[in-house]
Order: sequence, then structure tokens, then C-alpha cells
Amino acid sequence: MQGMGTEVVRFEHVSKQYPGVLANNDVTLSIIKGEVFALVGENGAGKSTLMNLLYGLGQPTMGDIFIGGEKISAQHNPERAMQMGVSMVHQHFKLVPSFTVAQNILLGHEPKRGRVFLGTEKSNEIVRELSKAYGLYVNPTDTVGELSVGLQQRVEILKALRTGADVLILDEPTAVLTPQETDELFAVIRRIVAEKNMTVILITHKLPEVMHVSDRVGVMRRGKLEQVLITADTSEREIASLMVGRDVIFDDLRTDQPAGEERLRIEGLCASSDRNLPALRGVDITVHAGEIVGVCGVEGNGQTELAECIMGMRPQTGGAVLLSGKDISNTDPRAIRSLGMSYIPEDRVSMGVDTKASVQENLLLGKQRTKAFSFFGIHQRRGQIKEYANELTKRYDIRTSGTDELVQSLSGGNMQKVVIAREFSFDAPVLLISQPTRGVDIGAIEFIHEHIIEKRNEGCAILLISADLDELLRLGDRLVTIFEGKITGRFNAGEIDKQEIGFYMTGGKQDTKEGERL
Amino acid sequence: MSSIFNVLLLQNTLRTATPVVLAALGCLLTQHVNITNIGIDGMILIGAFFAVLGSYLCGSWVMGLVFAIVMGALLGLLYYVFVIKFGSDEFIIGVALNIFAGGLTVFLLRTIFQVKGSFSGPGIVPLPTIDIPLIEDIPILGTLLSGNTLLVYLSWILVPLIWAFIYKTPTGLHLRAAGEYPDALTASGKSPDKMKCLASVLCGILSCLAGAHLSLGYLTMFSENMSAARGYVAFACVIFGRGNPPKVFFAALLFGFISALGLRMQKYMPSDITSMAPYVVTIVMMVVVVLWERRKKQRGQGA
Repeated sequence: MQGMGTEVVRFEHVSKQYPGVLANNDVTLSIIKGEVFALVGENGAGKSTLMNLLYGLGQPTMGDIFIGGEKISAQHNPERAMQMGVSMVHQHFKLVPSFTVAQNILLGHEPKRGRVFLGTEKSNEIVRELSKAYGLYVNPTDTVGELSVGLQQRVEILKALRTGADVLILDEPTAVLTPQETDELFAVIRRIVAEKNMTVILITHKLPEVMHVSDRVGVMRRGKLEQVLITADTSEREIASLMVGRDVIFDDLRTDQPAGEERLRIEGLCASSDRNLPALRGVDITVHAGEIVGVCGVEGNGQTELAECIMGMRPQTGGAVLLSGKDISNTDPRAIRSLGMSYIPEDRVSMGVDTKASVQENLLLGKQRTKAFSFFGIHQRRGQIKEYANELTKRYDIRTSGTDELVQSLSGGNMQKVVIAREFSFDAPVLLISQPTRGVDIGAIEFIHEHIIEKRNEGCAILLISADLDELLRLGDRLVTIFEGKITGRFNAGEIDKQEIGFYMTGGKQDTKEGERL
Repeated sequence: MSSIFNVLLLQNTLRTATPVVLAALGCLLTQHVNITNIGIDGMILIGAFFAVLGSYLCGSWVMGLVFAIVMGALLGLLYYVFVIKFGSDEFIIGVALNIFAGGLTVFLLRTIFQVKGSFSGPGIVPLPTIDIPLIEDIPILGTLLSGNTLLVYLSWILVPLIWAFIYKTPTGLHLRAAGEYPDALTASGKSPDKMKCLASVLCGILSCLAGAHLSLGYLTMFSENMSAARGYVAFACVIFGRGNPPKVFFAALLFGFISALGLRMQKYMPSDITSMAPYVVTIVMMVVVVLWERRKKQRGQGA
């Protein structure tokens, strides 16, 4: 198909100006019928904006968009886009949990029975046929809220295909999927492209996926389309450096070192969730000095409760946590911190920073009473604080207009760097890190990873909880998988691949109900 | 004992329950679009007043109902505009509405009728009672089912009608989607706000009809604060019945039964205690619901 097929979508010098931001800058791009086109770029590079314009969520400030040779009008909206054959599946599902699959797929377009009532039977039949036509099997009478995320996504895709789309846009579709579900999704994409001669546009920032599934890849940076490459002729490294605008090092920075003494020991830890149900059912993990232990799992399998329990923010119902040999079970966070543990929480906005305080104040937190920064805990030494904040800002590359700037105006990546700068500067022997790079762009990810590894090489014991498998495989010395509050597998890094981890992440059981396999 | 437990007790149950049933049917609609409307009590009070006003001014109970319906629609619209369009807090607006209703009706009572406390008189035309032929001749059933006012029958018919509307029509489906996950509805090209407006207006109308039943059906007068917290009881019934019309109806009947029983017990114990009974039962009902839901949740997760 390389340049041979007919064109289905064309962007001609498209720009989109938002107040203060030029989200798309003179983008010219053709998408060819029957291809899988990956659109990659960092957060805020303009990839979603561009696709939203195509789908009618907003109008271009300048330039024209053509669908099947027809120019889109100034009144373009999602309904018209669907009539012209363009559908989009958003990152966040738009499904009503208590409704059935059929009710969700046909929401707003329900067939009627006797003019007034819902034609439930008819709806189910329509969905059954749609499902069969695309080979995407769902049971129309299942309740959506009870389905796995992968199946919910399938419902979303069917909803998008309801009107017989030619072009399907998928916005970050794998963000919430397990490796197995991701493989299934790619198999589906491949099949509908081959059998229905459809075109799929994939918005993503996961480069291995781009290499795996796409025919061509467009790289966006700061609103501009940097380059369009044929996937088979490029490499992850080339795409990454185009995305960031400089070379990105994906090399292993870990130095070979034997693990030191045991620093953190978790024994038979049990705890309940907010809803008072068992969330942790006897978790055992040990972390030694100079190693990173990664906890992998599908979100909601006890990771949040694990971190909170270790930090003394959630009561334990059983077991013990030992920090350098000392039992810290059910003590308070301040005591745990003073015994030598630092914590990077999973949700930086609600727990990591005070968004309404300045960068300076956030960096100081936890040290405000120390002699260096205060006079008998009454008077704050402004000069020293400012100097210290400037130094940290520089060392951790926090991009602000000044340390007096409020944290809430920082980007996700910079906000996370504030948290990391503060926590790392305690020089605690044990670090508990949860989701360090969630919602952070690739340049900052690289930076954060380097700092985490630096800490490890210095001899810190690190427990890393993450939903990003690539991250865990890259950083972890040892990995454990957690499923429904239990550790289901323990591995040395480098001795296991993603597929196998995915298998343990779902409890070591393949779910055959979910239908198709590769 | 037979002076307490007889057919008239059941008849009283039905009549006392009617305003709660009507208001609860309205409240459950707003509950389904995820609006917690605690302003229903105020709507009932205003409905009661305007029903009397319409009936008195025009000398016709039909106009009484028309006045109540128009006021109900206006109040529902007002509530919608403040809560959804302007994004105010639904509790604050609900409480404000209740206080406003108390003040407004007292003020209008004094300026229009020049009376304090209550207004009654031959000028008010009450709702006529309707006898159903054949059924009225059946011994016990006749006493219960026949000889009620229009609004009592309406409340009975509305229970299955509203059930069918919510669960069996496309509009009802959209209504529930608007409450549970508005984004899904927006994505399919429908407006969740329209659904919220519809529910709010219907709730206003039904609540004001509940008021009309109080002042033109149950009694033939208006007195200050005559809603007597029935709006809150209606709200409790909706929670108890989890928004399902038949269940909500039976919750309201339970309330009516306790009220009617309380009235009869006045012969044997202080009236302060008997009039407390329905509200105590309401509280107990709410506790039962909470415990029940918690058990169900735990069992659902444990499996």
C-alpha cells in the first residue's frame, strides 16, 4: 500500500489556534485507504487535536480537510463525520455501566416497538449482526459494567462501527489494556483492515506498538508534523528522537552490583480497601539495598493499598512491615519518614504536591522545621530556602518561570519532577515509588528514569509500583506480579517477557471467555 | 382493637399516602438524572397554596389543578436553571426553595386572603370524589377503591406509567443515561441537559399536584406549612425503593399506614408521640436500606 492506494483523508495546511497555544501548525498529511497509520508525539504535540478536527470536535483555524475527496464544511460535527465514514473511539470510554451492550451501542438510535416502546429484541438482533459482520464477538444482553476493560473497548469499537465507518480513529487504545488484550486489539485492527478494506488511525505514544501494528507512522512535535515514515524502514530510536527533537537514550543505565543488605521487608501484609473489602491478602516482598523491585499488575489489584499501608496511611489488618529491621506496622507517616523512607505517591495532584502553594514551598515541605531553613521553628530563613529551591530546580530540570510560581500552573511532567526532587533530596535509604511517569511525556520520562536508576546505583532500596510494563522491565532488577491482593509470581528481570508477565498479572489463568486469540 | 384495625384504617392509609406517592414519583425522576432534589417539600407547599388560590378565584377545582400544574412546571424549570444551567449546589438551592416556599405562602396568604395561619371557606371548591360503578358495590374493596378523588386515581395510574416510561421507552433510557453517564449521551448526539430539564419540570408538576391533593382533596383549606415535611418523606421513599416506581409506591404506602395508625392511636397515648411515628419509621427505613446495600455489596464482591 506504500503510496499506491487511494487517499481517504487529506489535511491541507491545517492549523488550529487555541487561546495562547498553536495546537496544530500547518499540517499537510494524506492517509491512504487500507493502511494502519500511527500518529505519535509527546503529550501536547497536537495529535489528538488533529484527529478531533477530522472527527468534527472543533474547526481548523486555517487550512482544509478532505474526507474521500470531499471538503468538510464549517459546520462539521461528529454526526456528519460519521455520515462521511469517519468514527472515533476515545481514550475514556463513553459507556453507561448499568446498561446492556446493545443499549450502549445503539444509545440515541434505538429501534422502537409500536412507536413508543424500546425494541429490545430488535436492538439485540442488530448488535448480533454488527458483531458478526466485524468478527467482534459480544453478547448484546451483558451488562457493560460487568465486562472487562478489553471487552468494554470492543463495545466502544462496535459503537463506532455502527454506521459502517471507513476510517476508524483510536485514541490511545492500549493505555488501559493488559498485554493479552492489546494483542487481541491488534489482531482485530489487522483483520478489519484486511477484510473490510478499512483505514485505522492509531494515536499513541507507545513505540513498540507502533512498530508492531502500523504501516506508516507520522511523528508530531509542538503542533507540527515532523515527518511521515514507513514503519518497516525505521526504528524506535529514530521515531523517539523525532518526537523529542534530540536523541533519546534507551540504554540500560544499571551498573552491575550485588544487592546489599535487606532494607524493606513486607510479611503477610493484609489490608482492606475503602469499601471495606479485603484488598491485600498476605503480601510478602523484600527489597535490598541497591536494587529496584517492581510490582506489576492491572490497576485495582491492591497496588494503591500496598503503598498506603507501607507509608502508614491505611490500617493493616495483618502481617508486618519492617524498615531496616524495625517494625513500622501501623505507625504514622511522619515517623516512617523519619526512620528513613521517602514516598512518591501515585496521584501527584492530590497527594504529591500542594497545587496552591509555590514550587519553593513544595520543595521545602518536610524540611521546614530543620535548622538550615528555620530559626527555632518560628522564623523561616527566606534566603536559604530560595537558594535551596533554585538549586533543586536546576538539578532536576524543573521548568518554571521562577520558584514563586504556583505548582498548579506546571505541566504534569514538571509537577512530577517537583515531587521527585523533594523526595530524593531526603536521601532516605528506602524509596517507595508509585506510578512515577503516569501522564508524563517521553522527554521527562527519560529524565525521571535516569534519576531513579542513579538512586539505585547509589545503594538505595527501591520498591517501584507501576502500571507501565515497559517501565518496570526497564528499571526493575526483580519483578513481582500482584493479582487480587496476592503476589502471583516472582522473577528476575531479563528472565521473563511481557507475555508471560501478563499471564501472571491476570492470576495465571487465561480467560477463554474473552474470545479471539491471535 | 376493632376500632383501630378496620377497613377505614386502610382507606386512610391510601389517602394519607397519596401526596407522598405523587411527590415521590416526581422525586424519583430527578433521582434518575442524578439530581438530589430536596426542594420537593417547598414545591408541595407552593402547589397546595396555588391550588387553593386557583380554586377560590375561578370557583372551579379544575382551575385549582391548572394553577398547581403551571406553578409546578415553573418551579421545576427554576430549579433546573439554577442547579444545571448556573451550576449551583443542588442542596443549597433545595433548602433555599423550602425556605422560600414557607415565606412566600405566608406572605401571599396575608396579602391575598388577609388571614393568618390558615385559610378555609366555602369559596374553595374541593376535588370531587369519583365513584366507580360496580366496584363500589363490592364490600371491602368498594370502600377502598371507590369514592376517591381524581388525584388518588392518578397516583395509582402513574406508578406503572412512570415505570414503563423509565425502563421501556427510549426517552426513559436517555433519562437514565443522563444521570449515570452524561458523556455517553452527549457522544451519541443527545443532550443530557434536556433530559435533566424534563425530569426537573415533571418533578415540579408532580410535587405541586401532591400539594393540590393536600389542600383540595384531603382537606379543603390551606394552612401555613401544611406540607409537614412530606417532601422529605417522599425523598426517603425514593431512596428506600431505589428509584423503582412500584417499590417507591409501597414505601409511601407504609408511610401512609403508619400515619393513619398514629392518628387512631391518639386515643390511647399522647398525640406528640403518635405524630412522631411516621418519621421514626422513615429513619428506621433509611438505616435498613444502608445496611442492606452494604451487605449486598460485600456479598457481590466476595463471590
